[in-house]
Amino acid sequence: MPTQVESDVQTSEDAFRTEVRQFLATNFPDELKGTGNMMAGLDGPTDENPVQKKWREAVGGRGWGTPTWPKEYGGGGLTKGQARIIEHEFAKVGAYNPIGGMGVMMFGPTLLEYGDERQKLEHIPPICRGEIRWCQGYSEPNAGSDLANLQTFAVDKGDHYLINGQKTWTSGGQWADKCFAIVRTDRSDKHKGISFMLIDMDAPGVEVRPITMISGTSPFCETFFTDVKVPKENLVGKEGQGWTIGKRLLQHERTNISGGGRLAGMMGQSLGDIAKKYCETGGDGALVNKVLRDKIADLEIRWNSFLLTARRAVEESKAQGGVSEISSVLKKVGTKLAQDRSELLIEIRGFQGLGWEGDEFGDDELEDVRGWLFGKAATIYGGSTEVQNNIIAKRVLGMLDHQ
Amino acid sequence: MAVLSEEQEMLRNMARDWATKESPVSEFRKVRAAGQPQAYNADAYAAMAEMGWVGIIIPEAHGGSDFGFSSAGLVVEELGKTLTASPLVATTIAASAILLGGSDAQKAKWLPRLASGETVATLAIDEGAHCDPSAIETSVSGGKLTGKKAFVHEAHGASLFVVAAKDGLYLVEKGDGVSLTTRKLTDQRSHADIQFAGAAAEKLEGGGDSLLGDVLDRARVLSAAEMLGMAQAVFDTTLDYLKQRVQFNQVLATFQALQHRMADLFADLTQMRSAVEAGLQAVDSGFGVARAATIAKAEANRVLHAISNQGIQLHGGIGMTDEFNVGFYLKRARVLEASWGSSSYLRDRFARLSGY
Ligand SMILES: Cc1cc2nc3c(=O)[nH]c(=O)nc-3n(C[C@H](O)[C@H](O)[C@H](O)COP(=O)(O)OP(=O)(O)OC[C@H]3O[C@@H](n4cnc5c(N)ncnc54)[C@H](O)[C@@H]3O)c2cc1C
Repeated sequence: MPTQVESDVQTSEDAFRTEVRQFLATNFPDELKGTGNMMAGLDGPTDENPVQKKWREAVGGRGWGTPTWPKEYGGGGLTKGQARIIEHEFAKVGAYNPIGGMGVMMFGPTLLEYGDERQKLEHIPPICRGEIRWCQGYSEPNAGSDLANLQTFAVDKGDHYLINGQKTWTSGGQWADKCFAIVRTDRSDKHKGISFMLIDMDAPGVEVRPITMISGTSPFCETFFTDVKVPKENLVGKEGQGWTIGKRLLQHERTNISGGGRLAGMMGQSLGDIAKKYCETGGDGALVNKVLRDKIADLEIRWNSFLLTARRAVEESKAQGGVSEISSVLKKVGTKLAQDRSELLIEIRGFQGLGWEGDEFGDDELEDVRGWLFGKAATIYGGSTEVQNNIIAKRVLGMLDHQ
Repeated sequence: MAVLSEEQEMLRNMARDWATKESPVSEFRKVRAAGQPQAYNADAYAAMAEMGWVGIIIPEAHGGSDFGFSSAGLVVEELGKTLTASPLVATTIAASAILLGGSDAQKAKWLPRLASGETVATLAIDEGAHCDPSAIETSVSGGKLTGKKAFVHEAHGASLFVVAAKDGLYLVEKGDGVSLTTRKLTDQRSHADIQFAGAAAEKLEGGGDSLLGDVLDRARVLSAAEMLGMAQAVFDTTLDYLKQRVQFNQVLATFQALQHRMADLFADLTQMRSAVEAGLQAVDSGFGVARAATIAKAEANRVLHAISNQGIQLHGGIGMTDEFNVGFYLKRARVLEASWGSSSYLRDRFARLSGY
């Protein structure tokens, strides 16, 4: 017998499910079925067509792209349960969430926590509507894993800061409207001298130079700041609080990179099914190449336990609140699995899985090759695997340098 | 490193010198930028032939130096270090097929031309995207060969093909009945599918039943030598980088996690070198070739795979850029890993050769 409270929840969830279905029936156009969200991709925007725009506005208008964010800032104001219903119902009809990008994944949640009222009212609603594209100004040529070594400097000029320096590997910098950046306001203390600021990418003195990647695309840039004026109201938190805020944002980034959902999407079709198309099978449907078969099974078993871990992390973080301490494990394991999968896909397809361009290759085959190359970055950005290992060893396991 | 004879040492030093001075990776960038399907610099290949490198395995009577595979491997390794694009490996392997299976007349006709660089030759064996010499459908009747070959290396520059048909290997010249479809792979080198439609073919009658297998083993060891050079180059570049890149106020090389990673890769590379050198020597001695070649290529696949991935990882963001060379090695590595036997194919073959 369900309790009264449980059955109330059940009824309200059913009602909400009906509402979502109705919304989809009215607003989601068939022609967008199975297509992707352009803001979520790192490979840059294609121009939004009117149909896509309408869909974005429909979802953004209700705040359903950011369902759990507070209503007063343009979010959906919904519970996690309702958010899951949206996710399921969207997936069922092949509808994508048109609201995405770094604003949703990392910056929004951080600003909600650390921003002042005026900042939240200014910046969160356009993120919920998918109108503003954010980029991340963290890394510098000499501040990668050692991020706190950053040297880009902001001088206090009374009502504004004047910023000089260079960021690098800025994903989507050439397409972004704004940049959340950590910069130095004090040279005397490595960590406490860092502040978190919001910079307009079209402000005078901001220059971006795209960098070509091994996958052939140019999704990231070098970003140069020369005497860039940043109004004081674009300082998030207090001066010197940037390291704390910036690290919080990185936790959101990590969770997003490894979030079961995103990687589950990447995994898509079972490797075994793909292998059956490219490799010989016996009468019983088993792959003849037993070594390859073994490798595929090994990967898929590990993949399954990753999904289970991701689910457990979500449940635990719900119970405890905040980002789970397993996030480093998820980041390291999930990105490695995705890389292993790409490699195995190449072995399954042979030369057909190594195409660079040409009509003799399927779109999926070519995309997977670029994905294989781009995917090499996943163990580098968002805190490299080695950095995650350090976090696990030191913070989780207490294996400190001097004991 | 194997103990080298005086000639071998000279040869290796000469190749190293030439590759570093005349054919650094920037030369490969030029080849890529030129975008020609042939994908190598013809002048550079002419220079290589001039220095006698194409004739290393060819007998003196046919215009070569008869130094053998171990010596050819030394040169190929040095060229692999700088990703030199050339049909040297393809032509050498094709020459070995003619040496093993050709008549005196065929040898006299083709070997001098291959050694001089006048003719580029290559193997056309597999008909699908995987190495599978047991699945050949190509057939010959009345001296005309018909069939489809897939992903043939150096197909654009070649004017002579060593083609596998159901009943053996044949020589086919580029011309009537031979048409190419370019297949552009990640390594930006020359690959093509080839349709043979009643192309004039001349059988390699010698070499016995094992001819195709013997030729493939030679392809395996020579490819493994190229891979050895590549692995060594990525390893060296990465080690240098770790010794100079500073994060957390210290060079990355001082972090024990990275020291151990490099120590592991060094051990792997050491194993790979032994396996590759032994494979080359087995071909020269004629003993235990199949087994040694399988081990050589399997180890080359395993170790280059690991080193090419770590080369990117340990360089961090820079490793992901096209401006930096490591990505080129990664992209060539996977193509060579798939050539003449992927690691799963080779493990299976090893088990079969070992009787289990
Ligand atoms: C595709 C891509 C997109 C990116 N997007 C952004 C972006 O939008 N914004 C942004 O600010 N940055 C971005 N980055 C940068 C990314 O965060 C950095 O590349 C990353 O922090 C690593 O820094 P690094 O490249 O300087 O490598 P380094 O820090 O120099 O590291 C080199 C190698 O050493 C290892 N290493 C470093 N320190 C240690 C240690 N203490 N112990 C053991 N090993 C160690 C690293 O793990 C790595 O393998 C992006 C990077 C890539 C590749």
